[in-house]
Amino acid sequence: MKKKHAMGNREKTFLAITIPIVLLFFCFNTLPLIKGFIYSFTNFKGYGNYDFVGLRNYVDLFSDGRVGRSYLFTFKFALVSTILVNVLSLILALGLNSKIKAKSALRAVYFLPNILGGLVVGYIFSFFFTYILPAAGKAAGIEWLSSSMLSNTKTAWLAIVVVACWQSVAMNTIIYIAGLQTVPEDVYEAGAIDGASGWRKFKNLTFPLIMPFFTINMVLCMKNFLMVFDQIMALTKGGPSQSTESISYLIYQNGMGGGQFGFQSANAVLFFVVIVAISVFQMTVLNKKEEQL
Amino acid sequence: MMKKKVVDHRINWPVTILLIIGCVTIFFPLYMAVIIAFKQPSEMTNDIAGALSLPSAFSFSNFTEAMRVTDFWHSLGNSLMLTIITVILTMLIHSLAGYAIGRSMARSKAYNFVYLYLVSGMFVPFAILMMPLIKQTAQMGIANRAGVVILYVVFYIPMNLLLYTGYLKNIPLALEEAARVDGSTTWHTFWRIIFPIMKPMHATVAVLTALAVWNDVMTPLVIMSGTGLNTLPLAQLNFQTQFGTNYNLAFASYLLALLPILIFYIFCQKQILNGVVNGAVK
Repeated sequence: MKKKHAMGNREKTFLAITIPIVLLFFCFNTLPLIKGFIYSFTNFKGYGNYDFVGLRNYVDLFSDGRVGRSYLFTFKFALVSTILVNVLSLILALGLNSKIKAKSALRAVYFLPNILGGLVVGYIFSFFFTYILPAAGKAAGIEWLSSSMLSNTKTAWLAIVVVACWQSVAMNTIIYIAGLQTVPEDVYEAGAIDGASGWRKFKNLTFPLIMPFFTINMVLCMKNFLMVFDQIMALTKGGPSQSTESISYLIYQNGMGGGQFGFQSANAVLFFVVIVAISVFQMTVLNKKEEQL
Repeated sequence: MMKKKVVDHRINWPVTILLIIGCVTIFFPLYMAVIIAFKQPSEMTNDIAGALSLPSAFSFSNFTEAMRVTDFWHSLGNSLMLTIITVILTMLIHSLAGYAIGRSMARSKAYNFVYLYLVSGMFVPFAILMMPLIKQTAQMGIANRAGVVILYVVFYIPMNLLLYTGYLKNIPLALEEAARVDGSTTWHTFWRIIFPIMKPMHATVAVLTALAVWNDVMTPLVIMSGTGLNTLPLAQLNFQTQFGTNYNLAFASYLLALLPILIFYIFCQKQILNGVVNGAVK
């Protein structure tokens, strides 16, 4: 009888904790999500009256050139950056995990970019791309470098890739190092007896064992890069001629100031669906690979 | 076997040297920022040497001017306040949530659902919440610093719940059972026994939350824009026009914005790195 009473107390306490938290989460996460969904069926400008327009916003999304270009840019950027970051951080992690001098100092240095704010880092790099790099390009006689990368529609996105990678490599490297440390030493010893070394050792022994960490990195990287905002704000503000407008930036820019609250809400809903779909796809594909290994 | 052990302990010099050279990519942008921040506009010429050579005199005039222009101390105060309050609240509220939900998940479908519901919030991009939240916070009268803190506490629920429930799996139930037999209520048991045991996870949550809040631009940008208050990153954005083409002033301001977190990192790098690794492995 006494035990039952105690369990009741436990249940009640848990409920008393969980209900307010769920309510809070609903109020500031789910409710705005639902509101955004409702706004996406209206022609709301962000002020004044509005009417429901059915699916027109969604139909318009697919014929709007600017929206299309922002999706193309964001995907191109996210894909290239994800691949680049994962290759670089794997190499870096292998280096930082090998038998080197000043290991902890080097790790601390390579992690540094991750703690710095994206906006300020973007501003610093903006100067680098606008003045230093063209000056270096001129001195070296390289034609395409002698003018600012940021003012050329063909190269501006590459500058953003560089800045985003400079920051993201840090975090992914740390995750890969954590992964490499879970690989027991005797696996390598057994591998060495079988004559595995260099690339073959990495491909057949190390990589399969750190596959779960590869999954985390791919999913997190892709998600973060698809939501890119700070770097765009600092480096190009979407320019030149809208060539580097990311989806988040376009929603912010036109939804807030451009009188397209309803239309950009539809864009945000589509964006949400795309992010969930990509994350789920990545996780199922990569999990399958993990199981096979 | 003996020979191999010897090889294993030898330091890999080529990799060490390559990694040290690679540090240039990390330090170069920071070096550039420091150098330019100490220079005067007249010292900036249009070639590389003009931008990257050492300044003729190390004067702090750019920094004092930048502090005045961007109202540095107020922005710093706001950033510190937002970060500290958010971190304390997330540790208290999210660990409680992790405990209540984590301990109930095994036997209750409802709690399992709650867990999935909260964690799946991770995939909701801020872009979709942004516009409704601006309206909502304005209507509720919290389009200010308090509102920003509330939003942070909500936004970090998915990540931190994942971390706390993950950590809780390693804490044996027997501890709580013993306390209960001694007549302690669940609420007291949590604060007296579970909360202190979760210390390593508190460190991880504190580090990850603090870094995210400190560097966040978007939430204060859209929620607090009506208050005229700035955080450190927000000040850099809002004073861009004041800096004009005076890059020396701008860079002094950027450095000031980076300085607090850099100092923090230099002193706590070990804890920060450990915290991040803990979070990643979980």
